[in-house]
Amino acid sequence: MGLKEKTDFAGNFIEKLSICGLYPLYATGVEILQMNITRRCNLSCKHCHVQAGPGRTENMTRETMARCIRAAGDPGITTVDITGGAPEMNPDLEWLVVEMGKLDKRVLVRSNLVILLEEGFRHLPAVFAANGVEVVGSLPDYLGEGTERQRGRDVFGRAIEAIRLLNGLGYGKPGSGLVLDLVHNPVGAYLPGEQKHLETEYRRVLGGVHGVSFNGLFCLVNCPVGRYLDYLKNSGNLRDYLMSLEASFNPESAGRVMCRTTLSVGWDGSLYDCDFNQALNLEVSCSEKGKIGDIDLPVLAGREIRLGGHCLACTAGAGSSCQGSLTE
Amino acid sequence: MSENYYEKADLEDFPNIGEYAPEAGEKFFEYYTVATGAGKLSEREKSLIALAVATVRHCPYCIDAYTGKCLSLGIGKDEMMEAVHVGAAMAAGDILAHATQMRKIIKKKEM
Ligand code: SF4
Ligand code: SF4
Repeated sequence: MGLKEKTDFAGNFIEKLSICGLYPLYATGVEILQMNITRRCNLSCKHCHVQAGPGRTENMTRETMARCIRAAGDPGITTVDITGGAPEMNPDLEWLVVEMGKLDKRVLVRSNLVILLEEGFRHLPAVFAANGVEVVGSLPDYLGEGTERQRGRDVFGRAIEAIRLLNGLGYGKPGSGLVLDLVHNPVGAYLPGEQKHLETEYRRVLGGVHGVSFNGLFCLVNCPVGRYLDYLKNSGNLRDYLMSLEASFNPESAGRVMCRTTLSVGWDGSLYDCDFNQALNLEVSCSEKGKIGDIDLPVLAGREIRLGGHCLACTAGAGSSCQGSLTE
Repeated sequence: MSENYYEKADLEDFPNIGEYAPEAGEKFFEYYTVATGAGKLSEREKSLIALAVATVRHCPYCIDAYTGKCLSLGIGKDEMMEAVHVGAAMAAGDILAHATQMRKIIKKKEM
């Protein structure tokens, strides 16, 4: 039969990188500063890799945010990507986007959308718009049913309502300069289809049926970390899922993985190669130790990336990153 | 060799079906890629056709592969089931159409 029994997925990943001359894998710079400012969230999605939820208490302080703002002033950094949890649940988010807005960088806030309709958060879309913040909204499935299976009851309808509210401010509308991108990720143990194809389907249904618009769709491969890993184990899908990630390894995607140009900052200022390594507590490997602001960016820019079996999610098929697919 | 004729892991061996006849295998894959890839029909439409054929042909590997493909493409479960019903209706129609032979023979043989 010739089928090799494979269980060492981290080893297999490194072997694949070595074959295409990418191991050890080094960062090539720091262009994106990703800040994970809270583990709190109003939702508790079944696939959440950071295991966020209403019961979490970790929040980035204003002092750590100030350190990030100073770091973001580096001319090499083009983008500040604010995530969580639900970043809106950090009471200093508003202050952060106003201060970041002064730097003339691309600033993104990742939102689960539904929080924007809740008491105490409804003013935030206007704050985002006033500061030119791009909104990246999660909507795993354009058909609704899957979104609710993953994120909870009524989430789809409320997310559509939030998109409508954002559209009303100009988000996702041509010529407004206000960007609303949506994020798709599979609701189960399979890989996403082609980004271009899914974007067409999203537009057909969201525009045609619900009358809302958006700029672009980012397709993400679910990374086997956190609650998603638990789901894979509990449903008996783990081996098959990892096998399909491995079988879809694409060297072109491997060369472009986001950690090569990203620095991820945890709520307490700790530094990671990406949000997944952050969830796994794998801090950056670097000659110097410290939090954001303690280590000079040029030292971090050439660091060796810490890899594991979970990295196969970034290199499968067209690849996956916080900005969607890595190749056409 | 396992005790079962059908093994889930056999699907992973699909790329090796050209073994012992590599030239024909290569040509098959070339043909398969063209036939199932987007053309005048979209990848979506072709995946639903493939899913219906897979169920009609009772191929566990293709059912696995095309169920996954349809989910990846964001195709609804209701749409997938509709496609399977097309296959089921075609299979039923095919059987009933063959009863024409039976009816013709009956008519010929009965006094
Ligand atoms: S996936 Fe996003 S919205 Fe869902 S629990 Fe995690 S942080 Fe919250
Ligand atoms: S999981 Fe993180 S470290 Fe691994 S390849 Fe993806 S971005 Fe890089």
